[in-house]
Amino acid sequence: MRSLLAGLGLVTALVAGCSGGSGDSGDRIELTFWTWATNIEKVVEKWNASNPDVHVTVSRQSQSDELVTKVLTAAKTGNAPDLFQAEYQALPTFVSNDATADLAEYAGDAKDAFVDGVWQQVTLGTEGVYAIPQDSGPMMLYYRADLFAQYGLTVPTTWDEFAQTARTLRTKTTTSYLTTFSANDPGWFAGLAQQAGAEWWSIDGDTWTVGINDEPTRKMADFWGGLVAEGAVDDQPMYTPEWNKALGDGTLLAWPSAIWAPGVLGNVAADTQGKWAMAPLPQWTAGENRTGNWGGSSTAVSAGSEHVEAAARFAIWLNTGPEATEALVTEGALYPAARDAQSGPGLSAPPAFMPNQADFYAEAKAIADNAVGWTWGPNVNVTYQAYKDAFGKAVTDRTPFSDAVEEMHDSTVDDMRDTGFKVKE
Amino acid sequence: MRQPGRRAVPYVFLTPAIVLFTLLVLVPIGYTVYLSLHRTKVSGIGLGSGARTEVFAGLSTYSEALSHPEFWRGTLRVLGYGVLLVPTMIGLALLFALLLDRPRVRLARFSRLSIFLPYAVPGVVASVLWGFLYLPALTPLPVPDGLLGPGLLFAVLNIGLWGGVGFNMVVILTALRAIPAEIYESARLDGASERQIALRIKTPLVMPALVMTGIFTVIATLQVYTEPTTLQPLTNAMPSTWTPLMKIYSDAFVRGDIHSAAAGSIVIAAATLTLSLAFLRVIAKWGFTGEER
Repeated sequence: MRSLLAGLGLVTALVAGCSGGSGDSGDRIELTFWTWATNIEKVVEKWNASNPDVHVTVSRQSQSDELVTKVLTAAKTGNAPDLFQAEYQALPTFVSNDATADLAEYAGDAKDAFVDGVWQQVTLGTEGVYAIPQDSGPMMLYYRADLFAQYGLTVPTTWDEFAQTARTLRTKTTTSYLTTFSANDPGWFAGLAQQAGAEWWSIDGDTWTVGINDEPTRKMADFWGGLVAEGAVDDQPMYTPEWNKALGDGTLLAWPSAIWAPGVLGNVAADTQGKWAMAPLPQWTAGENRTGNWGGSSTAVSAGSEHVEAAARFAIWLNTGPEATEALVTEGALYPAARDAQSGPGLSAPPAFMPNQADFYAEAKAIADNAVGWTWGPNVNVTYQAYKDAFGKAVTDRTPFSDAVEEMHDSTVDDMRDTGFKVKE
Repeated sequence: MRQPGRRAVPYVFLTPAIVLFTLLVLVPIGYTVYLSLHRTKVSGIGLGSGARTEVFAGLSTYSEALSHPEFWRGTLRVLGYGVLLVPTMIGLALLFALLLDRPRVRLARFSRLSIFLPYAVPGVVASVLWGFLYLPALTPLPVPDGLLGPGLLFAVLNIGLWGGVGFNMVVILTALRAIPAEIYESARLDGASERQIALRIKTPLVMPALVMTGIFTVIATLQVYTEPTTLQPLTNAMPSTWTPLMKIYSDAFVRGDIHSAAAGSIVIAAATLTLSLAFLRVIAKWGFTGEER
C-alpha cells in the first residue's frame, strides 16, 4: 500500500510538473511563446536581458495548418502557451474558438504604428484587438531581368500586358514560361484576389457576408484560367523540387510573389543571384497602384493566460519597439508590419540575393503602403482546402476556373452554416 | 468444501487485462463515439468568448460523412488500388520466391537482399524518393508522362509494390524452404520439369503463406495513407480526400472539425472490421486446412 501511495505521489508530481509551463517562479513572471519565426530566440533574449521580471521562453513550432489545431486543442485543455504566432488568416478561427485574449485595454497607441490595412487584420473590423501585427507580405512581381532583355520583353504594368508578355515569350521559346499558376497555394491566390478588389468576408452587425465568388475574384480566376488553357503560362504547383529547378534554370521567368521572395529564391535558385529584379504587381486598371498580401503573421495572447497584461506588453515591444523590430529584420529576415520599422536601418541595403536593386526596400515600402484592407473569415482553413482541391481538379481537367471559385465559395458557406454562423451571400 | 473465495481467483488474474483493455481500448472508442454524436455550434457572428458550444447532434454527423461524395470517391479509389495491388503484389512475391528457390540459382543471396531491402525503407522516405523520380524535369529515369497527373493511382501503386514485395517474398520463400526435398525428388523421377514443379507442387504447398501475405496486403491497402499524403504537394491531381483516411485527417487537423473526423473514423473502423472478419471466415473454410494436414 505504501508503495502504491508513493507511486501516486510521483504521478501527481509529474502531472504538476507538466502543467507548470506558465507558473510563477518567485516574483518573476514566466511566459511561453509558440513561434516559428527564424532566429526569434535572439530577439527574445534582448527582452529577457532588459526585463528581469518577465521571462519569455520560446518553444519552436513548425508553420502549418496543424499548428492551428494544436493551439486550439491546447486552449481547450487549458495548457495553451501564453503567446503564440498567428497568421492573419487564422486569427478569426482563434478568436471564434475563444483562444485569444482581447488586448484592447492594453494596446494603448500601438494602432498608430501600423497602416490601417494591417491593423484591420487584427481587429477583424470590431472593437477588439486580438493580436499585434508582426510581419506582412505585400505582393510584387519578381522577374529575370537578364532573360527579359534576352527575349526582348518589357516589364508588364497591367495584367493585360502580363498576358501579352506571356504569349510573346511562348512565340520565342518552347521551353520557358513567363510564370506558373499554382493550385497548391491558396494564400497566393487570396493575395491576388485582394489586389483585384475582392471582398471574401465582411462583418455586418451579427452577420457574416461571404463573397468569395464576387466579380473581382471570378475575373481574376478566369484571367489565369485562360492563360493556363491556351498554354501561355505553366500549371505546375509551387514549392516542389521541379519548381525550384524551373526558377534556377530559366524555365520560369517571373514570379508574382511577396516581399519575402528574395529569401526563397536565394534558397532554391542561388546561382541566379543578381539576375532578378522586382517591380510592382501588374494592375487591373492602368495607372492604379494596388497590391494584396501573401502571408504575414501576428503575435497573439492566449485567453487562458494568467499574465495577459505582461504578455501584451511583450507582444507590443516585440512588434513595435525599434530595438526588437530591427532585430527581427536583421536576425529573422522578416518584413516588419510596423511602419517605422519598414524604413529602419536594417532595411537600408537591398536583400543579399538582389544586390542589383539598390533601392529595393524604398520601392517595397511604396508598394506596401498601397496594400488593400482585408477581413478574413472564421473558417479560412476550409476555404484554403477547397481551393487546393477545386483548382487542382480544374487545372487537371481543364475546366473553367470560375467554377472552382464557386466551389470554394459553396464549401465555405456550407461549413459556416453547418457550424451555426449567421451568413449572408 | 469449496472455499467461496476460490471463485474470485480467475477474476483477480483477469483484472489487469480488463483494466488495461478498458482504459486503452474501450474508453477511447467510447469517447470517439461520444464525439461523433456531437458537434460544435456557434451563434451569430461567432467571435468573442462563449461563442461556441458543443451540442448533441445525433446521427447527423454520420449521415453527413456517408453522404459526402468525396468519401465514396475516396473509397472507390482505395478499392481500385486494392484490386490492382493485391494480385500484383502476391504474384510478384511468388514469382521472385519461386525463381530464388530454383536449384543452383546464381547470386541468390544478393538478389534476395536487394528485393527485400526496400521493405526497410520507411514509407515517407520511399514516397519522397519516388515522388522526385516522377517529376519530369528532375528524373533520370524514362518515366511516362502524367504519372503525377491522370496516372496517379499507378504512381502510388508502384511505391506500395516496391516497398512490399520483398517482405512477402521472404515469407513465401521461408514456406518453400520448409517443403521436404523428397517431394521434388519423386517429382523429378516422374519426369516433371522445373516449371511443372514450381506450378504444380510448390505453389499449392505454399498456399497458407499466400493467404497470409494476402491478408497483410489487404490490410495495408485499407490503411494506405503515407504514400498519397507525401505525394500531395508535388501534384495538382491529388485532392486532400484522395483516400477516406486522408479525409479524416484533414477533417480533424486542417478543418479542425473533430466531430466529423470521429464519425468518419467509426465508419471506417466498422468497415475494416467487417471486411477482415469476412475474409478470415472465407479463409478458415479452405485456406488454412492445408496447414493442419
